[in-house]
Amino acid sequence: MINLTVNDRPVSVPEGSTILEAARKLEIRIPTLCHFKLDCFHVEHRSGSCRICVVEVEGRPNLAPACCTPVAEGMKVHTNTLRAINARRTILDLLLSDHPKDCLVCPKNLHCRLQSLAQEMGLHHILYKGEQSTYNKDLSSRAIARDLDKCIMCRRCETACNTIQTVGVLSGVNRGFDAVVAPAEFKPLAETQCVFCGQCVQACPVGALSEISYKYDVWRALDDPSRTVVVQTAPAVRVAIGEEFGLPPGSISTGKLVAALKLLGFDKVFDTDFAADLTIMEETTELIERIRSGRNLPILTSCCPGWVKFLEHQFPELIYMPSSAKSPQQMFGAIAKTWYADRIGVKPEKMTVVSIMPCLSKKYEASRDEFTRDGVPDVDIVLSTRELADMIREAGIDFAALEEAPYDAPLGESTGAAVIFGASGGVLEAALRTAADWLTGTSLESVDFEAVRGLEGIKEAVVKIGDLELKAAVCSGLGNARKLLEKIKRGEAQYHAIEIMACPGGCLNGGGQPYHRGDSSVLERRMEALYRADRELPRRKSHENPDIQLLYREFLQEPGSHIAHELLHTHYFKRKRW
Amino acid sequence: MKIDSVEKLRARAASAREAAGRVPVKILISMGTCGLAAGAQPVRQALRDEIAARNLGNSLEVVEVGCMGLCHCEPSLIAWNSATGAATIYGDVSPQQIPAILETAPGEIAAGTRTLERTWYYPEFEEKPDDPRVLQSRIVLRNTGRLNPESLDSYLAADGYAALARALTQMTPAEVIDEIVRSGLRGRGGGGFPTGRKWQFAAAQPAGEKFMICNADEGDPGAFMDRAVLEGDPHAVLEAMAIGGYATGASNGVIYIRAEYPLAVKRLEIAIRQAEEAGLLGKNIFGSGFDFSIEIKYGAGAFVCGEETALIHSIEGCRGEPTFKPPFPAVQGLWKRPTVVNNVETYACVAAILRKGADWFRSIGTPGSPGTKVFALAGKVARVGLVEVPMGTKLRDMIFELGGGIKNGRRFKAVQTGGPSGGCITEASLDVPIDYESLKALGSMMGSGGMIVMDEDDCMINIARFFLEFTLDESCGKCTPCRIGNRRLYEMLCEICDGRGTMDTLERLKRLSAVIKDTALCGLGQTSPNPVLSTLKNFEDEYLAHIRDNRCPAGVCPNLIHYEITERCVGCGICARQCPVGCIAGERKMIHQIDQARCVKCGVCYQVCKFHAVEKC
Repeated sequence: MINLTVNDRPVSVPEGSTILEAARKLEIRIPTLCHFKLDCFHVEHRSGSCRICVVEVEGRPNLAPACCTPVAEGMKVHTNTLRAINARRTILDLLLSDHPKDCLVCPKNLHCRLQSLAQEMGLHHILYKGEQSTYNKDLSSRAIARDLDKCIMCRRCETACNTIQTVGVLSGVNRGFDAVVAPAEFKPLAETQCVFCGQCVQACPVGALSEISYKYDVWRALDDPSRTVVVQTAPAVRVAIGEEFGLPPGSISTGKLVAALKLLGFDKVFDTDFAADLTIMEETTELIERIRSGRNLPILTSCCPGWVKFLEHQFPELIYMPSSAKSPQQMFGAIAKTWYADRIGVKPEKMTVVSIMPCLSKKYEASRDEFTRDGVPDVDIVLSTRELADMIREAGIDFAALEEAPYDAPLGESTGAAVIFGASGGVLEAALRTAADWLTGTSLESVDFEAVRGLEGIKEAVVKIGDLELKAAVCSGLGNARKLLEKIKRGEAQYHAIEIMACPGGCLNGGGQPYHRGDSSVLERRMEALYRADRELPRRKSHENPDIQLLYREFLQEPGSHIAHELLHTHYFKRKRW
Repeated sequence: MKIDSVEKLRARAASAREAAGRVPVKILISMGTCGLAAGAQPVRQALRDEIAARNLGNSLEVVEVGCMGLCHCEPSLIAWNSATGAATIYGDVSPQQIPAILETAPGEIAAGTRTLERTWYYPEFEEKPDDPRVLQSRIVLRNTGRLNPESLDSYLAADGYAALARALTQMTPAEVIDEIVRSGLRGRGGGGFPTGRKWQFAAAQPAGEKFMICNADEGDPGAFMDRAVLEGDPHAVLEAMAIGGYATGASNGVIYIRAEYPLAVKRLEIAIRQAEEAGLLGKNIFGSGFDFSIEIKYGAGAFVCGEETALIHSIEGCRGEPTFKPPFPAVQGLWKRPTVVNNVETYACVAAILRKGADWFRSIGTPGSPGTKVFALAGKVARVGLVEVPMGTKLRDMIFELGGGIKNGRRFKAVQTGGPSGGCITEASLDVPIDYESLKALGSMMGSGGMIVMDEDDCMINIARFFLEFTLDESCGKCTPCRIGNRRLYEMLCEICDGRGTMDTLERLKRLSAVIKDTALCGLGQTSPNPVLSTLKNFEDEYLAHIRDNRCPAGVCPNLIHYEITERCVGCGICARQCPVGCIAGERKMIHQIDQARCVKCGVCYQVCKFHAVEKC
């Protein structure tokens, strides 16, 4: 242990700790901006570039950045001397001098760390005014908006994109005053290998990165009496949206969410969980086929569009591996605009399918050409959890006080297997529940496969089903996926099935979720809530969903049927690595 | 033939010396980048032609050498009798002078030529005459300008690789480091960190892959000492890197050199190939079991890559920007392995220290900064060039003795040391013996050794702005104070130069400079306000003149000067004809007038008037 004093108060911290950590132990707050840490994923971004956290250390000629200066025995740190405060205020002044002051109309208004710093430090006047950087906004993609005028070069997005996800699209370009984070050659994001996971948007402390918003397309659709507007809600949305309205993290807000959507005027409120159950039916059928034939193993899950695009760019030689099953969002759209539209006598082109997703990549997925039939997209508009929260606020709905409401039938019925899709490991666990029953021809009592749960990046399990020892792995975060796939390519690991989610921890930590601001406990609460929701549901295996059974009876015949393939399966494309 | 033992090295050196002694009369011609740019090639051709015509091939030898440091009079050459030591140094040589030079014995002066006194030039292995004008002492540049950089024999004849041989066969790595520590050698790239300590840190790391890097990313405006060494004595750097590799346990060397130095790159490549062929690099050097190889990496033209962490990132193929230390490169450097980064000039001292001992090195220079330092004299000094002097030499001696004073008889105003990160030093401090500490105390720094001299025609605010503009261009943009702060400093200096500055600007300039120094991430940012702070300290009146009186005392800032035509005007009309905006009018033979409202202050009228009738006010 290292002994030091911070503001004359003694503290002992392990060797290798930073001044920031020592100060936090004493509950002394040092403001930070570029520093970013997510304990649950062992991720820390400490570029020491913003210099907001500078403190005075006795005996040192210069101020020290608290976020990356290691403690030393006998060190005497002062966080609030005039010199440190003056330096911090000057740094903030400089940052603001090169930052648009359009906070009122900024997508990160009230979620901006620069804004809150200005407020905390009481900076009311900019002393060092001068030239400001100007760039064109990048609105090329369907998912992520880049407004480089607002970039403060904290480089957090680079850590998200390069270190965590190993996608490698964002990096510092230009130098000096013109330095900014952008794709190489300032390419528009849509032309890069970006997978739109949105982890950069979660990481960005200011309004430089945000989602492309489709709220007003939804308002317009709702206002159009000629259209039938149905909405689906992804599993991870229900355990996070409450945070936007002051409910504690980990609150299960399913009923309130449904109630709010009904108040907003959606004709029918359905559940992506229904389609998740459907996905399990198709994917498990494929899994069993591949196990029986011994071909094309391992099967990789294909629910996550970010992961799918990553595979297409980075591992084009492996595109035979993922399940051909569409993601739940796209399966929902396909069924809503065929079976369901037919049942209620609405033409598919007169139906609008809106998705509420924890994800930004889903916006991109819905726009992929192969997900349209006769020019009609399966899913019309995708909103993130955050955008829906905005709409609820805009409509003046008091979310926290809402009476709970049930989903509409028949696309609102779901099982516990579906709700855990929102957490890393959930898809695999759901598939195992069904596979075990189908392979053994019995109904297993125990449905909890604990080994594949949790926020660890790579999890492995061997599950005994009858005579079969099923080897499975679960991976979240694309950096971890890369590691695992390279192992497989080298022949160092063999599995039957692998679940991969682009975002660390799975959809609960999606790029469209309420900002977690680096608080790991928020993510842990969301995960616990998903498994709690699973336990509380009467049915916990996808194949036991009565409306899924109805769908197959009335329309799809059986999993893997010709019509199921036409509506529920897809194919992948090799894409350029650079 | 492989030189795989000390005996073979000695034999080869002896035969090389013997071969060199066979033709004692030599013409050394300066063929560094500077010499070539000034026209050394035609002079070389004239020598070749004339020697052939006169059939002198057996009685004298022409040696193409690196930079002699005589930038002010390139092309230059030395006629030298190595047997007697007699020598004549010729400057501004033209091909037409070659016959006369060839007809004159070394030591004599050929008619119609310009010669220089030899006070500037005494390498480490020659006796220095007891003359107070002999200010230079050459350790780093001992071979530069003396021997053919493309010949291994030439280097071996000058005791080349003897230090490596001694280290590998007679010393333990710890003894080598100890010798360097005791010598007091400090990093010549600017920081002045003790080289031996750096080596100790790397040596103390667990064995395994380690790297010795040579920082040849010389980028200070007006500094070219590293280029001179690499072009003039590349083997000295290779030998020292191998010594460092042996001392620290590294078997990989990387030279990070700016791609804008093609001649240095070429000569390094030749030297590396020669050393490899001779077995002086590669496996089992001198049969000691020690392996060392060197590769070259090119810098893409970023000044900040001279900072060691940025340099390492650049070698790794990443964006060239510094990272916070710790971890220090000696612990976690290139490819996360222990790495020593030393500057070219630092390496150039190492072999001499091992050959002549730490005590000898300590006997030169000052107790805190032993040894010599190479300076690049530039700016308004009469004799621009490279000089190497013992630490502790006075600036006055360098500028007025070695540099020959100020050009065109103007008055000295200030000298900027340490490049864009340094500060300016005024007349009052010219007698301070300079070393790392004294320069710092004067608000400047050693830096890599750039020395830019300014005279009374230089506006110090404009000078500060010039240096800051360089930093703006070269900042990587990583940390806020350097990225935005320096931009704001620059904008404030522009305000003052444009006559828009107020006393408040001055106050903010001071405050912001202090914060940038205090908070920037790397050395570049931390020192970037130095030109502002030192001009503020030494030339505050000039700032006040700009702000309060709207006047630029040096007559440089266009917005603060105007041109007037006095009664000396004879009405010749040349100014009116040359004025690009046509704002000068007047009858023939009558005094002309400038329309101040339309004048763009280009100064053409001032330059073209033959009667000094145009005045700058």
